[in-house]
Amino acid sequence: MRAVVLAVLLAVLPMLAQAVEPDEILADPALEARARVISKQLRCVVCQNQDIDSSNAGVARDLRLLVRERLTAGDSNAEVVDYIHARYGDFVLLKPPFTRRTVVLWLAPLVLIFAAVLTGGLSLSRARRRRTDAALDPEDEARIAAAMDRYKQGGSE
Amino acid sequence: MKRMLAGLPLVLAAILGAFFLWGLDPERDPNDIPSVLISHPVPEFALDPVPGLDVPGLATADLSGNPGPVVVNVFASWCVPCKAEHAVLSRFVERDGVRLLGINYKDKPEDALRWLAELGNPYSAIGSDLDGRAGIEWGISGVPETFIVGGDGTVLYRYVGPIVGEDAVAKFTLALQQAQGGLS
Repeated sequence: MRAVVLAVLLAVLPMLAQAVEPDEILADPALEARARVISKQLRCVVCQNQDIDSSNAGVARDLRLLVRERLTAGDSNAEVVDYIHARYGDFVLLKPPFTRRTVVLWLAPLVLIFAAVLTGGLSLSRARRRRTDAALDPEDEARIAAAMDRYKQGGSE
Repeated sequence: MKRMLAGLPLVLAAILGAFFLWGLDPERDPNDIPSVLISHPVPEFALDPVPGLDVPGLATADLSGNPGPVVVNVFASWCVPCKAEHAVLSRFVERDGVRLLGINYKDKPEDALRWLAELGNPYSAIGSDLDGRAGIEWGISGVPETFIVGGDGTVLYRYVGPIVGEDAVAKFTLALQQAQGGLS
């Protein structure tokens, strides 16, 4: 049992590994915390869908250092992001801004949900209508009632 | 209403088909990162020359007021594709008289010197970007990258990766001709 626990612990150990190297970390914990927040919003330009905070790429490291340098120089979080955005464009933002070019990107999920609810609602209501349509007319009801009566009296056809 | 719904699958198929056609287009490179620099002035940077080399360094001022477009190439001795690209760039310089400027990206000066001594130096100026900061100003994601800068200091074109092979050379030559044609 102990061996299993040890094995599992060893197996998850690499998950603790971080891309941020000790020499990058700022002495001021508040600034460092802000740097981490910003780094998580910036996309690494060579590894596509990874933020620079968790990327080991050289450019990602450079950008992390740049973020910390700007923060130390007194920039606000937004100013730091703008600084890098100005150089690398929308691509570098993990959450792209809402502009005319990204309108499809932002609205497509809403449109799809709307379409799904609409088709779902339509087909459900139609199914319900079909069920009520299937109700028997009085003539049939009378025939069934008669048949049931005969059955209850023990008679047979 | 019914008739409209009957046409819906066809419309959906057309929309999806167009999307797939776009997505599967071999010309489209999803890794292609559009440069924000195109048709903007070159970024502010100033790089010292590589120590021991007889060509000057490179700064923003060197890229404006040129008689024609110039080519800025980001390279490093540790970059293997750069070695292949070197021959292509040298030919541009020797055959077409292109003015080629270099940014030596994150390279040890002694390595850069050895590399240029071995292969020859087609660059008329090389800035040594030791910490890669100028690279960030240019918005590069790796080496090699090559820019065409107009005589007035406007970035006209960016090529990511080595200009090696017929297609790449043809593409770059076309861009260079357009840059030259647009100014004369």
